[in-house]
Amino acid sequence: MTNQEKQIDVINACLLAGRILVENGSEISRAADTMQRIAKNAGMKSVQLFVTVTGIMLSVNNHPNAQVAGIDHRTIDLDKVARVNELSREFAVGKIELSQMVDRLSEIDNNTPTFPFWIKFLAAGLLSAVLLIVFTHEYVDAPAGFVIGAVWYAVFYFFNRMFKVQFISEFFASIVIGIMAALAVKFGVGTYLDNLIIGGVMPLVPGVPITNAVRDTVAGNLISGPARAVEACLSAVAIGSGIVCVLHFL
Amino acid sequence: MILSVIFQFVMAYIATICFGVILNIPHQAFNSVGLIGGVSWAFYWVLSHNFGIGIAFGNLAAALLISVLSMYAARYKKMPVIIFNIPSLVSFVPGGQAYKMVRNFAIGNPDLAWSYFMQVVVIAGAIAMGFALGELYHQVGIYNHLRVLKRR
Repeated sequence: MTNQEKQIDVINACLLAGRILVENGSEISRAADTMQRIAKNAGMKSVQLFVTVTGIMLSVNNHPNAQVAGIDHRTIDLDKVARVNELSREFAVGKIELSQMVDRLSEIDNNTPTFPFWIKFLAAGLLSAVLLIVFTHEYVDAPAGFVIGAVWYAVFYFFNRMFKVQFISEFFASIVIGIMAALAVKFGVGTYLDNLIIGGVMPLVPGVPITNAVRDTVAGNLISGPARAVEACLSAVAIGSGIVCVLHFL
Repeated sequence: MILSVIFQFVMAYIATICFGVILNIPHQAFNSVGLIGGVSWAFYWVLSHNFGIGIAFGNLAAALLISVLSMYAARYKKMPVIIFNIPSLVSFVPGGQAYKMVRNFAIGNPDLAWSYFMQVVVIAGAIAMGFALGELYHQVGIYNHLRVLKRR
């Protein structure tokens, strides 16, 4: 393998690893660190990185071209982050070759198993019910909270597959949740409308993105942190306005 | 008192694992994630109910605990830290406040909305600060010491 080919392999592996990490909810500093490590373990001393939440730039010293990878959607899938980390560790101790790296990475990107939908559905419901009890110290609303949380997740999941735009799916899912909570209170299944709604939206409310935004900003990523904050605010606005639409008609 | 702490622990344990399922963490990490989430929530609960500590310092202390514990868990399980500290945050993140903020803005209660906004900023800031302190603890502490010894 010539030096040129090796450089291309390293660049591809780094970009793919960084893209998977940022797409699936890793902090920017972790993504940059992993890319730096892969390059260093492949024998490339000096690599320049510029990682943001919407794209990655990478250039190797003494190499005329810089490479760019765009990132157009972000979710949280921590299994992929764990696998990329594992792979980078295996590469560091020399268990796998550089040429296998790109294949393994794209396998992670496409074929990482997720939990079946019904388990996620039950988990979302249970999460809503449990958080409802923890936050409000009321048990009466827990069953209704379970149903609302689970249905909200299902609606969100379905819309997200259809529209591919997170904010729209959040908006519609929140309308559903508002209607369900209002109905539950009307028919006496639930007692406190506000508690039901808060418990219901809890599984996907952007608390983690907000926290991540602050963490990125504190770590010195002054482009990515505020960008993430804007994204989190948009989700909060989408969720809130969906519910307000329903409350308006009560 | 002890009974209710245990109750809070169990509830946070379940919530953390459920959130882990939604975030698709590897199933080998379920138990440790649940323990971290449960312990830190119970700690926060004791702090705020028995000592009357407010949201800022309570969240900071809990986030510090999460950060320290999840780094030990990460080293023990050989997985990245992010798998442990993000799901454990579920009972602390200011999601409810973020929702209330937007709702109060929308129904024309800007005063209340600003106060919720302040809560969101304070909690998110406290959590980030707690994580930063946890990282500091690990860099300054024994870990670095051992690494220096190993290099010799």
